[in-house]
Amino acid sequence: MNLSHVSNDLRPVVEEVTSRFKGRIGFLHAPQVNEIYLQGGMDLVSGFCAHLYRNWKARLVTVFADDVRAGEGAFHLYYVLALDAAHGFLILRVPVPPEAPEFTSLTNAIPAVNWQEREIQDLFGLKLIGHPNPRRCALHDDWPEVYPLRKDFNLKTVLPPFQGKRHKFREVEGEGVFQVPVGPVHAGIIEPGHFLFSVAGEPVLYLQVRLFYTHKGTEKLFENIPMTHGVRLAESISGDSSFAHATSFCHAVERAADVQAPARARVLRSVCLELERLYNHIADIGAVCTDVAFVTANMHAMRLREQILRVNEHLTGNRLLRGMACLGGVRYDWHAEQLQALRELVTGLKPEFDSLVHLVEDSSSTLDRLEHTGILKPAVARDLGVVGIAGRASGFDHDLRRDFPHAAYDEVNVKVPVFQVGDVRHRLRVRVDEVRESLSLIEQFTAKLPVGPVRAEVGELPADRVALGYVEGWRGEIFHWIRTAPGNRLARCKVKDPSLQNWPALSEAILGNIVPDFPVVNKSFNLSYSGTDR
Amino acid sequence: MFGILGKSLSTGVVTTSYPAAPPHMSSHARGRPEIDWANWKDARHAAAICPTGAIWYEDLNGQRLARLDLAKCIFCGLCADVDKTIRTTNVCECAARSRDDLVTSASYSLKSDGTHDRMVSPPTSPKTGHPRLTPAQRESLDTIGLQIKERVDKIFGRSLHIREVDAGSCNGCEIEIVGLNSPVYDIERFGIHFVASPRHADMLLVTGPVTRNMEQALKKTYDAMPAPRLVVAVGACGCSGGIFGVNYATRGSVDAVIPVDVFTPGCPPNPHALLHGILLAMGRLPSAAQG
Repeated sequence: MNLSHVSNDLRPVVEEVTSRFKGRIGFLHAPQVNEIYLQGGMDLVSGFCAHLYRNWKARLVTVFADDVRAGEGAFHLYYVLALDAAHGFLILRVPVPPEAPEFTSLTNAIPAVNWQEREIQDLFGLKLIGHPNPRRCALHDDWPEVYPLRKDFNLKTVLPPFQGKRHKFREVEGEGVFQVPVGPVHAGIIEPGHFLFSVAGEPVLYLQVRLFYTHKGTEKLFENIPMTHGVRLAESISGDSSFAHATSFCHAVERAADVQAPARARVLRSVCLELERLYNHIADIGAVCTDVAFVTANMHAMRLREQILRVNEHLTGNRLLRGMACLGGVRYDWHAEQLQALRELVTGLKPEFDSLVHLVEDSSSTLDRLEHTGILKPAVARDLGVVGIAGRASGFDHDLRRDFPHAAYDEVNVKVPVFQVGDVRHRLRVRVDEVRESLSLIEQFTAKLPVGPVRAEVGELPADRVALGYVEGWRGEIFHWIRTAPGNRLARCKVKDPSLQNWPALSEAILGNIVPDFPVVNKSFNLSYSGTDR
Repeated sequence: MFGILGKSLSTGVVTTSYPAAPPHMSSHARGRPEIDWANWKDARHAAAICPTGAIWYEDLNGQRLARLDLAKCIFCGLCADVDKTIRTTNVCECAARSRDDLVTSASYSLKSDGTHDRMVSPPTSPKTGHPRLTPAQRESLDTIGLQIKERVDKIFGRSLHIREVDAGSCNGCEIEIVGLNSPVYDIERFGIHFVASPRHADMLLVTGPVTRNMEQALKKTYDAMPAPRLVVAVGACGCSGGIFGVNYATRGSVDAVIPVDVFTPGCPPNPHALLHGILLAMGRLPSAAQG
């Protein structure tokens, strides 16, 4: 076991874990200093995770499968554990024999993986053992018995159209209890999903969230296109996080190729990530106000958002920052005149944003609706593994920008706002603090912009390289895991949007609240449907 | 209360001023690509780098049929990076009444190395834009606004009600559609209003690609609308399936599921382009109103 390539922070963890599970969990390889692969049997997974949770404060950030029956004669399951304090990832690979296509559920111990495990069952046909609710998730009830992410399933398979059989929702019974179905076509201009409220009078007793209406076969599509096209596809995983997803994908490919983007490109990437955070956070602050009938504040927020979108267009050619990301760096360098527009935006936004916040904080009727509404308790958030804004409003002190510095975040000191209250007000406060921090970060980045190229050459990759790319998007942590195929293509691309993990928290936060407060609670999380469904 | 009022007054009017101001497009904005068809020497490089197949070719009997399909184009500009006869413009208004109107193609005879020898049949010109508007008028959002208002007045009294349906999009198009309600674009000044139910709507604004899981919901929403009704497909995915195309989980373009009156390309189309598509659809109403 040669651990010379492993970071000093992670080495003791790897040594301790491999000696504890001696001979049963082995070191595989360490393609990056902070990305370590181990291999073990299915029977050890739960003990391994429990040990890392308890002793190393690890958290399971994603679980996914890969069909390598052709090469290795098995399916592989991957359990990705983030060790924030050690700034590294331990990834446990578990082979599943095709003749016994099943795996043991961790959901009872780690509810965060509930949907992810069911997704594996749906898309790979691996049967879940011991899951409390093993019903279909990614593929709706009417889908025929197909396993789209198996390699013997063709992307272009034509399936019969939807036929009748509807989802049987959980029933809540009792005197005066009734159910309110909402969606998938909503009243507002938002993405599709179905929410079934069980209510007794106004308070919500139970909320069942049913998603995956926008499942577009994205992960399968990654396997069927040239690697460079993947950057454009990544931009379309979740429109409001176009740049974050594309950059996370680029990070994965660059790590697999052992190429680092030039210093200037890393800074430009960071600025774009902050611009994405800015326009989304400001829009959300406005939208939360609209949902409690303070429309004037939203109008000001929309006005500020438009200013940012126009500067986005000026800097990258597209209002949503599309077309900017590319493998090895960014596509466009910025001229002095463009940088000037960026500086003017930041200078102008500071007083404008302060004024907007003042407007909201000054409105007692607005605050009255936001305080104590939609509370997600820190203990519940921890169990569900809630990340990002929603997590930080409920005591989750993590941010990949600080704990796993990527792009140019190692050159700045990122302040991470954390609150314990977990209500709508505090999810708003996280955004307010993060907007101010973003403005400051952009100033710091542009003040010491390194000179040089903005793009490094990424040559053709050999087959079977694996790599984990990550970015702290505005909503939370985004992961892309890839395995390369011959001909500069991808054999697998796992996409993990923070929404997938955070959706179930909405069902918890809404309990006991009144139905009319659902829009504002939902908006305070503002989770991505498309990022979840893919 | 006075603070709110004071802030509104001190902010002033931010709406694109009516009727004088030109539309706001950065000189760096990437709009529709333009190919110098007569001097195009090789379609292969652009076709290879195009992520959606918007630029496509087929060689048959020593001739090459080359095609640019704006319905599939995501305006990424990668073609212009590798081919100097392709230029990225900052023109965003590309909506068309028919899917075919978004396609331009030309044929070339080929040299032995596969490059174009000479053009055999010249490009068909795409019929995007409003035929009765001059290009100069088309530049102006306010002219579009005026046109919308005239048509709305004529057909729907003073109002047109729109129901938006996300039939599987990535949410990019929704971000720009929401922008129509911002004080900057303020679509309500034209008497156009987004409504919560298809039963109240005259127009369906649909983003795609239509997923298998949303197909039935989209059909039901369409069926719930009273006639006459209009459908505007939004974005590369709504117009053609975009980067996702047709696969096991998607049906592709909106018109694969319900009839479409106007196609509005873009990834996503910006608020100007959306207004342009809505105007076109309203011009189409007399022939689409038989349902």
